[in-house]
Amino acid sequence: MTTAAETPPEVLMRRPSRLKAILDSDLIYSFLRSRVTIAAAIVTLVIVLGAVFAPYIAPKNPYDLTQISILDSNNPPIWMEGGQAPYVLGTDDQGRDVFSTILYGSRQSLAIGLMATVLAGILGISLGLIAGYAGGTTDAFIMRAADVQSTFPAILIAMLIDGTSRALFGEQRNEQIVFWVMVLSIGLSFWVQYARTVRGSTLVEKSKDYVLAARLIGIAPMKILFRHVLPNVVGPVLVIATINLALAIITEATLSFLGLGLPPTQPSLGTLIQIGQKYLFAGEWWIAIFPGITLAALVLAVNLLGDWLRDALNPKLR
Amino acid sequence: MLAFIIRRLLQAVIVMLTVALIAFTLFRFVGDPVNMMVGIETTAEERAQLRQDLGLNDPIPIQFARFVANAARLNFGNSYQFKTPVIDLIADRFPATMELAFASAIFSLLIGIPMGVYTALHRRSWRSNIFLAASLIGISLPTFLIGILLIFLFPVTLGVLPSFGRGEVLRLGFWTTGLLTTSGLKALILPAITLGLFQMTLIMRLVRGEMLEVLRTDYIKFARARGLSDRAVNFGHALKNTLVPVMTIAGLQLGSIIAFALITESVFQWPGMGLLFLKAVQNVDIPIMSAYLLLVAFIFVTINLIVDILYAVVDPRIRIDASATA
Repeated sequence: MTTAAETPPEVLMRRPSRLKAILDSDLIYSFLRSRVTIAAAIVTLVIVLGAVFAPYIAPKNPYDLTQISILDSNNPPIWMEGGQAPYVLGTDDQGRDVFSTILYGSRQSLAIGLMATVLAGILGISLGLIAGYAGGTTDAFIMRAADVQSTFPAILIAMLIDGTSRALFGEQRNEQIVFWVMVLSIGLSFWVQYARTVRGSTLVEKSKDYVLAARLIGIAPMKILFRHVLPNVVGPVLVIATINLALAIITEATLSFLGLGLPPTQPSLGTLIQIGQKYLFAGEWWIAIFPGITLAALVLAVNLLGDWLRDALNPKLR
Repeated sequence: MLAFIIRRLLQAVIVMLTVALIAFTLFRFVGDPVNMMVGIETTAEERAQLRQDLGLNDPIPIQFARFVANAARLNFGNSYQFKTPVIDLIADRFPATMELAFASAIFSLLIGIPMGVYTALHRRSWRSNIFLAASLIGISLPTFLIGILLIFLFPVTLGVLPSFGRGEVLRLGFWTTGLLTTSGLKALILPAITLGLFQMTLIMRLVRGEMLEVLRTDYIKFARARGLSDRAVNFGHALKNTLVPVMTIAGLQLGSIIAFALITESVFQWPGMGLLFLKAVQNVDIPIMSAYLLLVAFIFVTINLIVDILYAVVDPRIRIDASATA
């Protein structure tokens, strides 16, 4: 690794620009080569942009009670008989515009999914680094805890944490608390895989010369870990994070669908599907099916991106 | 070998004790057990008496020891909602979950293995590509969404197959079964497919991967060189060697099928343990929650243990490795 300062000027001049370097990289090359990956990226981008700019795009605000009329409830989509003008994808049982609710719902699903993934990542990476670097009892304790946790499917752990919060907060669980309980319960159930991967790479890195050198000149262990070892073990973590984002979104949707997640007043995609399930038998399929399609498309697209990232970052497959 | 089994047993016991500690903490410290059991009109003396009777005034380690001893005798106390013993409630619903879990495990093996073999043998055919694309969708769709789509397709649109419940059940001793009546079997089809679809795609991908590895080995090339028929090579030699890891994964997956059954049970209102647990979480019925937790952990640990021991029996390298590191 040479920095610009050490490079002789004539070499520096022939260097391509940074933008060009990015465009020429293997990652971008393999991205542009795969049509499926490009399609997945576009789908993800559309849903993410729709979620972020929901207040500007959505024709109606589903949280604003003054904009909702119960008289408009259970309208079919606009191309079916009985469909009405502003409600492109129909309305739900409270007269909320399904299209707008999907935009706002994706916002909730993505926010919880992202934050839970970040939380699981921070927790798992820190514990993995510490376990790998410290070794001994600390290592054994952290990894046995990981073993016990992996005895259970993540959804059960998330349900358990959710149930505990119900007992602790009682009936006063407001929407703000529910949001963070979801982030916490999903985040806490997915740290094991990060910890195992990071621990493995840390064990390899720890015996390398640069770590020994850093220790010799007396840098504090925490600084060595987070400033020097971390950048070298972060590659595989990115892949896990992408796959885990898809899993976190699924888990959130499942919890909400089971009635343990976000309430109907502030629905995520899972809550919307749960509301719509009741009307499936009455032939009012659009309340459940459109959020369902959005959720499936989002998860599939994120999974495909994760697959691509795994293959692109894995030198063995080149 | 005996040392290996003992060491694995000890590990299993430690895992179970940890889970028991979590379940105990839930029971003892999340909400007050006495308040959960009595009504509002109970006097303070009666509450103190109940507290004494339940042993809640004893030191915590003694309480934990008592909790473990009771759990080992399947005594999990009374449900807060139903006021009946938790073990009766669970025993009542156990057969429903087991039948669902086994039906979907069989479904996933019967469809997943042939699809995996086909996609490995005909790598470039358009059918394989369709199977693989479908498997990616199967992995990406959340279980409950698959269930809803199936309900939308069959009972709602086509008007065939029931969309909820177990149909008619027969009682054979303590076991209730839906496998002996037509309506019971019909009711089983959609939930079993919903639950088994994810495992099916998993098994298909696994069989495909293993098959591709095995087909590259020398003994397969040699078998072909000897002039054995394709059929004998593919099924007699390749598939047979593929099945060992597949059986392991399938065994381990059985545990998660039982745990994941709760989502399917909720979609189809299947009267199993998962639905009981879900209602318990919604109503903060902690005795049911902790009993279910322990039960699932027990099933997982037992299956893991059996698989590990079987592996050690089949593959001597594991035994040697294990004793070398110890």
